[in-house]
Amino acid sequence: MTTVRILISSKEGVFDPEGKVVQSGLERLGYAGVARVRVGKVIELELDATGDELADQVASMCSAFLVNPVIEDYSFEVVEA
Amino acid sequence: MEFAIVRFPGSNCDRDCEHVITRVLGERARFVWHQDRDLAGADAVIIPGGFSYGDYLRAGAVAKLSPVMESVAEFARGGGPVLGICNGFQILLECGLLPGAMLRNRSLEFVCKHVHVRAVTTRAAFTGGLDAGAVLRIPIAHAEGNYTLPEGQLDELRARDQVVFEYCGPSGQVGESFDPNGSIGHVAGVCNEAGNVLGMMPHPERASEAALGSTDGLALFRSAVDAVAG
Repeated sequence: MTTVRILISSKEGVFDPEGKVVQSGLERLGYAGVARVRVGKVIELELDATGDELADQVASMCSAFLVNPVIEDYSFEVVEA
Repeated sequence: MEFAIVRFPGSNCDRDCEHVITRVLGERARFVWHQDRDLAGADAVIIPGGFSYGDYLRAGAVAKLSPVMESVAEFARGGGPVLGICNGFQILLECGLLPGAMLRNRSLEFVCKHVHVRAVTTRAAFTGGLDAGAVLRIPIAHAEGNYTLPEGQLDELRARDQVVFEYCGPSGQVGESFDPNGSIGHVAGVCNEAGNVLGMMPHPERASEAALGSTDGLALFRSAVDAVAG
């Protein structure tokens, strides 16, 4: 089994209200130097695939269901055991 | 006339729609479970509000995988009138039956209140009986109603007459202060290019009887009945 970690974030230019609120929270705590915060989500999958087959499967899952391409971008990484 | 009202686990405005259709308008309504596919005999389809599948992943994202949505897409392709209200609108967006996507409200809060919306066009299903420019007072209740589109597509949507409702003030004035959620162009409802699929965040079924403070929403259901009656 391969563990895959998919990172989903709002697309560049798409308003991220959650990121804005977290940033203002950090400012209230005194962290004035935080120029930007983006909040996204992480989905971990365990898959019986490797290499190109794994990459293809993840890409098709993301485009069909896991990611909304109008507002979100994603990347993924293989988690070393 | 018969309305089919689609039910998902987590739908919670299904009975409100049925009440308006059967008790207020005297028409027929039947519920269609999300695992079923049979829309035979239905003259119009309503996807009601609620929290289908707990809004997991994204609002409407899981519902789009339900068997019934294949039938709804086929019904829509055949020109049948489809109305998605609130979560129903989110589902239609996720299915690709309507353009765009929803973000969290700009305030990050669940907003539940009466708002005013202006009918930009009356060519869409469920709007034929409205006057163009009519201002309706209808409640909203959502956390993810911040409508968005890829850069530049709002102009195209307007050019194709697909913006059906926009948030406004009591006399129809449009501006930032009347927009409850931060939607691009203050859009509250859109239709597909053909006009037979309509999605809107406000709840017309909650504004269809005087006892509820507004009857402005009833015109949408009545429009569908009149359209079928020809």
